[in-house]
Amino acid sequence: MYGGGYIFSEPSDKDQKDHIDDPVKLQEFEARIDAGEKIEPHDWMPFEYRKQLIRLIEQHAHSEVIGALPEGTWITRAPGFKRKLVLIAKVQDEMGHAQLLYSAAETLGKSREAMINDLLSGKSKYSNVFNYPAKTWADVTVIGFLIDAAAIVNQVANAKGSYGPYCRALERICYEESFHLKQGHDAFIALAVGTKAQKDMLQDALNRWWRPIIHFFGPSDKASVHGEKLMRWKVKMASNDDMRNQFLDMYVPKILELGITIPDPNLKKNESTGRWEFSDPDWNEFKRVINGDGPCNAERLAVRKFAEESNRWVRNALLKQTMKQTIPYA
Amino acid sequence: MPNIESLDPRIRRIDLEKNPEHVVLNIMENWETYEVFHQRKRGEHHVHVGIVHAANPEMALVFAKEQYGRRLKCANMWVTQSSNIYSFHYDDEDMFETTPEKTYREAGGFKVRDKINKFKKENAPK
Ligand SMILES: [Fe+2]
Ligand SMILES: [Fe+2]
Repeated sequence: MYGGGYIFSEPSDKDQKDHIDDPVKLQEFEARIDAGEKIEPHDWMPFEYRKQLIRLIEQHAHSEVIGALPEGTWITRAPGFKRKLVLIAKVQDEMGHAQLLYSAAETLGKSREAMINDLLSGKSKYSNVFNYPAKTWADVTVIGFLIDAAAIVNQVANAKGSYGPYCRALERICYEESFHLKQGHDAFIALAVGTKAQKDMLQDALNRWWRPIIHFFGPSDKASVHGEKLMRWKVKMASNDDMRNQFLDMYVPKILELGITIPDPNLKKNESTGRWEFSDPDWNEFKRVINGDGPCNAERLAVRKFAEESNRWVRNALLKQTMKQTIPYA
Repeated sequence: MPNIESLDPRIRRIDLEKNPEHVVLNIMENWETYEVFHQRKRGEHHVHVGIVHAANPEMALVFAKEQYGRRLKCANMWVTQSSNIYSFHYDDEDMFETTPEKTYREAGGFKVRDKINKFKKENAPK
């Protein structure tokens, strides 16, 4: 029997070097996954499984926090009362998603404080798209419609993964995301069928966001051995290329039907392979931005640092010496 | 610190340059975790839905309402510190293995119709 207070510790690279998983337990673990059963926090799990899950879920959580910043910028200037209410609700949802995801990662043995520290220090990454600015209201509609749509493709896939707490968190998240997508589509359409100025503003926003959207799922990962193991363990449920292809299948027609164009003359579906073809999206830019050199990286982290630092006195005022760290059951 | 030209007027008003170079949270700064149980409507069970971080039970309830009660129906919520939860270990899951086989505990484990029909047939007036 276990009470709360069972503590795992986050695996470090140093531990990894000479770590070998118990082959019998590994076999049982893989058999469980093959049988379609979920893994729960107190279960034995391979070292690499725990490590990669923490990395994946933590980065997902950071993306929710940082992703709300470009949208949050527009809360004070949203056009009209309804759009403002909706945007506030969406931003609150994104913060809620972050908390759900941090909780899921905490069950694997990394504290929320440690995850936030790794975000602030730049050690841990978040989705690259949020290093670009939301210059106009049309950017908010492109984010709400297409970035959320892309996130849903990814989240729906991951919700079928093997780790119980992550699946449970994603189930609630996907439910809320369906509202994000719908309100984004609604706001996108409002501009697309509006005045010439509105239509131009939307086209300009899409032109700037198209490349980051193509970057969203990451570079092709078909060939990596690492990726194969993560797929075997149902940490990763689909390759980056497959998810991107699915996204293009679903959303390119929804953009084109509104008379909006996509700023890539080479974008087309190869009907014989079923795959979308597009111009080289410059993966060097992707790498450059993810490593800190994007238009908004510095601002995003500075804003988070400011928030943590200036609210710290409140957190500390409520802190009690008797508090103990426990691993949640989420 | 690079120059930051934010599009957000609220961010332009704060002095980000004053940020210390390294901001590091101490362990426990996000307090303790509470498990949250949500009751959809009166008459139903409270169901575990996840956790919140809070400094005390009152705060945990406020956060639980924000996190798990901002949509759909809710009649009531419980919170309790994660350290108050006791559970079996999944390694012992096999102790439940034979439970579904105990059909003598189930209504469906008793087949009477055939016997009744046989009895009736045998005793029917010729
Ligand atoms: Fe989200
Ligand atoms: Fe969203």
